[in-house]
Amino acid sequence: MLIALAFYLFAAIAVAAAVMVVTARNPVHSVLFLILTFFSSAGLFMLAGAEFLALILIVVYVGAVAVLFLFVVMMLDIDIAELRQGVLDYVPLGALIGLIMLVELGLALGVWAFAPEAASSVAAPVHPGLTNTEALGRVLYSDFLYVFQASGLVLLVAMIGAIVLTLRERPGVKRQSIAQQVGRLRAEAVELKDIRPGQGL
Amino acid sequence: MLLYSSLQNWLGNEWAWLISNVVSILLFIVVLLVMIAYILLADRKIWAAVMIRRGPNVVGAFGLLQSFADLLKFVFKESVIPAGANKVVFLLAPLITVTLALGAWAVVPVDEGWVFADVNVGVLYIFAISSLGVYGIIMGGWASNSKYPFLGALRSAAQMVSYEVSIGFVIITVLMWTGSLNLSEIVRAQAGSGGFWGWNFFSLLFPMFVIFFISALAETNRPPFDLPEAESELVAGYQVEYSSTPYLLFMLGEYVNIVLMCAMTTIFFLGGWLPPVEIGFLEAVPGVIWFVLKVWIVFFFFAMVKAIVPRYRYDQLMRLGWKVFLPISLVWVVIVAGYLVATNSYPG
Repeated sequence: MLIALAFYLFAAIAVAAAVMVVTARNPVHSVLFLILTFFSSAGLFMLAGAEFLALILIVVYVGAVAVLFLFVVMMLDIDIAELRQGVLDYVPLGALIGLIMLVELGLALGVWAFAPEAASSVAAPVHPGLTNTEALGRVLYSDFLYVFQASGLVLLVAMIGAIVLTLRERPGVKRQSIAQQVGRLRAEAVELKDIRPGQGL
Repeated sequence: MLLYSSLQNWLGNEWAWLISNVVSILLFIVVLLVMIAYILLADRKIWAAVMIRRGPNVVGAFGLLQSFADLLKFVFKESVIPAGANKVVFLLAPLITVTLALGAWAVVPVDEGWVFADVNVGVLYIFAISSLGVYGIIMGGWASNSKYPFLGALRSAAQMVSYEVSIGFVIITVLMWTGSLNLSEIVRAQAGSGGFWGWNFFSLLFPMFVIFFISALAETNRPPFDLPEAESELVAGYQVEYSSTPYLLFMLGEYVNIVLMCAMTTIFFLGGWLPPVEIGFLEAVPGVIWFVLKVWIVFFFFAMVKAIVPRYRYDQLMRLGWKVFLPISLVWVVIVAGYLVATNSYPG
């Protein structure tokens, strides 16, 4: 019963927060509600026994992606009243898209039926007794090793691409070279001069 | 446990489990907070001793009650909310900081079997919770609607995100070395070999210990990385507009996080609750005493760093995180993995 209670609590918070994401007046509040939605979904994953997915969801989406969202939204100077003005113009279009998606979902679910032999082929876990993390690791690093490595490569290329696109080489910027500073010898840095009185250098 | 069995009879399993857990969690938090009070005092005393001062010595014998006096002072002051502040977010920020800081302790094993949730993804849980810690600071800085807090919050967020990367790699090497994501298992893997020689500290992981220690300082905004609240430039960073109890909560969250990082260092590298030498009378001492002792020793070094090392410049901080720690820890992951495969000694 406690689990059912926790499920309804997380589910209700997730749905309510998701509604608030689109209805909140202040964009920063929207992002904060988005974070709450992520967090509640992670709780749902946890209840379903997928603890690895739940924590990865928090680390990646809440801990990294949403922080960037929040950064960007906070830095923007948004006039809320101005933002509100055009909303009504978009209502018909938004409603249309929503309706189409609803119909599509209904069609997909309405005609969906389990194949009679499907129930028997839903296998028990391949390695019973393994935790989620170990099971995922075994699959990722044995069966799907190349695909996994390739996706890592794609991300690397994307990262380098983003850096190259935004890199501006500005001339005349003074930079600190720590290696140069540390590697300097006493002989190059200090020179002793014998100065006669009244002459100067 | 005693409470659990006595409640089980007239409430049924689930509710007995809930109530006994809530009671023991409250007890744990009280013990933890009292320890934090003395850690805070120790911090100030050590800092004072390095500067040849006396430190707090008025309230109680040797100033032992100073932290409690501070607590009362904070609680009884008026809490001021700036007119331009976003009230809800402003008050939510310190609450989030404290809740997350305390919540992380759910998976910390202080002795064999003394842990609330002995989950198999304990390390990931700690990592997830500590990555959420940024929110308290960003929200506090933004909701204050003032320039210094906002600058402090931005600095702090960038700093915490940067050092989380190297902490992640350090944790990965520890995981490879011990072969488990369960914090209790990580400690158990360090048992044997006659005591301290089996600890991760005395292994290939030693450089990772150094990186973890320094990253932990940066992650908890401790000096020399206390740029988010650099008083000489940002007044007090994201805390400028806070007063009374909300400020107390920020301060409390910060120190709970610091002690958590000390506990993590203890678990990952210093053998958790294990005695330093496996001799009869040392093993008879309860594990929790060893654990707390080790946490205090690690905290002593945290305090010494605060007293001795001058504050980093912001670009130096970023350079250290991204250009020094990240490559070193990345290479070390490869080295540790290579060593484990080459000697065929990987666990599990």
